[in-house]
Amino acid sequence: METTAHINFIAASYAAAVIVIGALIAWVTLDYRAQRRTLTELENQGVSRRSEPARADPTIQQVKEQAKEQA
Amino acid sequence: MALSDLANPSRFLRLANQIIPWLCGATVLAFGFAIEQAMSAPDDYQQGATVKIMFLHVPSAWLGMLCWGLMSVAALGTLVWRHPLADVTAKAAAPIGAAFTLLCLVTGSLWGRPEWGTYWVWDARLTSELILLLLYLAVIALWRTVEDPSRAARAVAILTLVGAIDLPIIKFSVDWWNTLHQGASVFRLGGSTIDPTILIPLFAMTAAFTLLFVTLLLAAMRNEILRRRVRTLHLLQANAVS
Repeated sequence: METTAHINFIAASYAAAVIVIGALIAWVTLDYRAQRRTLTELENQGVSRRSEPARADPTIQQVKEQAKEQA
Repeated sequence: MALSDLANPSRFLRLANQIIPWLCGATVLAFGFAIEQAMSAPDDYQQGATVKIMFLHVPSAWLGMLCWGLMSVAALGTLVWRHPLADVTAKAAAPIGAAFTLLCLVTGSLWGRPEWGTYWVWDARLTSELILLLLYLAVIALWRTVEDPSRAARAVAILTLVGAIDLPIIKFSVDWWNTLHQGASVFRLGGSTIDPTILIPLFAMTAAFTLLFVTLLLAAMRNEILRRRVRTLHLLQANAVS
């Protein structure tokens, strides 16, 4: 059987692989950028994931230092 | 680092950020070698040059099944151990598994036309592989239907475990039923029936595809963890406003 006899089927298969793999790579890359961008925007707005105390409240370290000073 | 350390999403993110660039490099090198091997492989004495489609079809089929197997382990992790990364793994893996299963069906169809004279027959191997694709689509749809990720994870885990029944059916369909699809020729008792000049490129391509799969999975898991953080921040923001 000649190499070129079914070249269209071979080429179509490799083209399909390039399209599917390319789409997966694009999906993962674009999704990463979108999530990072949204996360940065939210953090810049002051929204914090952890249940941090308000800025006016002292941190644990500050409380310890105050306690040392009082002692 | 113990495996249990990876249960912490922040630690997983740090590790993924370090590993992914190296995996990308290794995948590119592996594909470079595998494609060179595949293109220089001789034609098959019966199938001619169409045997080159096998270098795409077999790795895609392998990854479609491997991915569902991985999702089944993750489903156990969700239902039994409630591992924090189990449902992240399952959700990230589903679109990747669906893509490789689709590629398996497309390349199989394009291989079938010159060899069998038809793009499609409803034989057991092809039908069970199509069912796997439909199962992937059902899982993706379920993730999108239920808004709460933890509730969706439990429903998806059950569907995944039920769907795992399809894996042995795909594997042994060519033995259990009379199919147009050929029997096992790579991993079988008595050794492979494929000549090393074709088997080596096939293994090289399978290794490259598997590296690509691992890279994509880690990247998709990283995205999913970030998506959940975004969701949490949106909820906190909404609570603060109200």
